[in-house]
Amino acid sequence: MIISVASGKGGTGKTTVAVNLALSLKNIQFLDCDVEEPNAHIFLKPLIKEKTEAYIPVPEIDEAKCAHCGRCQEVCAYHAIAVLPGNNGQKGSVLVFPHLCHGCGACSLLCPQTAIKEANRDTGVIEIGERNNMQFVHGRLNVGEAMSPPLVRQLKKYINPTRTVIIDAPPGTSCPVITAVKGSDFCLLVTEPTPFGLNDLILAVEVLRKLKIPFGVVINRSDIGDGKVEEYCKQENMPILMKIPFSREIAVSYSEGMPIIKKDASYQDKFINLYLNIRAIKSEANSRY
Amino acid sequence: MKQIAVISGKGGTGKTVVAGAFAALAKNKIMVDCDVDAADLHLLLHPVLKERHEFRSGQTAVIDNKLCEKCGKCISVCRSGAIGSDCSIERFFCEGCALCSYICPYGAIRMEENIAGEWFVSDTEYGPFVHAKLGIAEENSGKLVAQIRKAGKELAEKQALDYVIIDGPPGIGCPVIASLSGVDCALIVTEPTLSGLHDAKRVIEVAEHFNIGVKLAINKYDLNLTIAETIETFCGENNIPVAGRIPFDEAVVKALVEGKTIVEYAECAAANEVRKVWETIK
Repeated sequence: MIISVASGKGGTGKTTVAVNLALSLKNIQFLDCDVEEPNAHIFLKPLIKEKTEAYIPVPEIDEAKCAHCGRCQEVCAYHAIAVLPGNNGQKGSVLVFPHLCHGCGACSLLCPQTAIKEANRDTGVIEIGERNNMQFVHGRLNVGEAMSPPLVRQLKKYINPTRTVIIDAPPGTSCPVITAVKGSDFCLLVTEPTPFGLNDLILAVEVLRKLKIPFGVVINRSDIGDGKVEEYCKQENMPILMKIPFSREIAVSYSEGMPIIKKDASYQDKFINLYLNIRAIKSEANSRY
Repeated sequence: MKQIAVISGKGGTGKTVVAGAFAALAKNKIMVDCDVDAADLHLLLHPVLKERHEFRSGQTAVIDNKLCEKCGKCISVCRSGAIGSDCSIERFFCEGCALCSYICPYGAIRMEENIAGEWFVSDTEYGPFVHAKLGIAEENSGKLVAQIRKAGKELAEKQALDYVIIDGPPGIGCPVIASLSGVDCALIVTEPTLSGLHDAKRVIEVAEHFNIGVKLAINKYDLNLTIAETIETFCGENNIPVAGRIPFDEAVVKALVEGKTIVEYAECAAANEVRKVWETIK
């Protein structure tokens, strides 16, 4: 089973929930898909055993074969190639803008002269490790790099279907999140009971409904703010699977990179229960269809 | 005119609380909410909508089932995994590269222009406000950010305003880069946690990569004084001015619940320190 942990708003406790859930269970693979700002390693402290480059395939022009016909420029939806045709016997040339390239492969596949090969442009790194029999994979987008979805896709190729997979997703509602949660069997939405938390929860719920991924809500710092998140969940008939009250102790241990269950062992049972609830909802949904 | 972007790397450190306070403190400014996929600043500024614009960007593939022979060629070339095994487009995963439309032997795939969101120009009691809503599961948030930055800047020039104040998104990717490009100063709001420090360092690198001057404020600094000190040492070593140390203050959440900026909600420790941050930034 693949469980992803997401939220519209940042800083609501995605990593906290993902990490503690992972540490409470057995036979886990943990994927930190927040490749812009990966944090789970701070808590899980995996021993990294393998590093591999993440890349986008970008075009490389074989000038000897190129007829400067302009087909590549025409098909590139991202304006990442410009062709300057030759004139007066002067040879034309092709300019590639690698940072605009999405690596879709259209130019190389459609070039009539097969003059375009693909070369890998490095966009980040994927690190694979382990800690106490938990498998760990995360990605780290290079600074200055705009596009994270290709890195997330590459990262997700490491999913190990023989394990319970926990995915820590990035915040927001746009393409990096979609790419991270795609294919999950269940998604936990972590929120906080404030107007910001509610506003962004509503957006995240819309995303999951469109993707048809079953989900439940975790309310973090559940005793601050107001009751509107709970009201909304009831109205929409969405299960609230866990509440974590604010505690200065938890906040301080978070700040030091210490998981809640290491500070307060009673939380382990709560996270195991969370998992059992997810499984129950999943099997109920399965029997309905 | 000075453009100031509030960013953080890590989400939930207090960007919007600080930007909201700046709305109440700064005179002669326009506010721009560049966190277009989870915008929250409107919850503090209570805008009255004046203009609504469509944001058209990119394309999505559409398959004509009458022409499709289910040969599966499109599936094999699509690198976004946006075409299901029954040759149907999963539009939320389509990145609009159009390769499938070229490769289809039956001419069954056409590209349609996307309406990827909306953006708005509003009035608030704090002055003009430009904000946006990216469509659910859409791409091109960086382009939408660039669009509202442009609208905000033009309005500021027209009305001879002194500041464009930008509430930025978390992370370091395309919407962050678009929020930072060409600003005069980036204020990093972080928190004294290992995650906050780790993420702040990465977003500072991004700002420096684009040659943008950086200042930093530590929110909830008294939650962990040791890490707060580590952050200050890091700032000292890298010539980054520390613009403020905002204490943990329950009034912050209470102000949020009432939909008020912290400086208007109450005379409290957090409000006082945010005022100092503004004095340093302005």
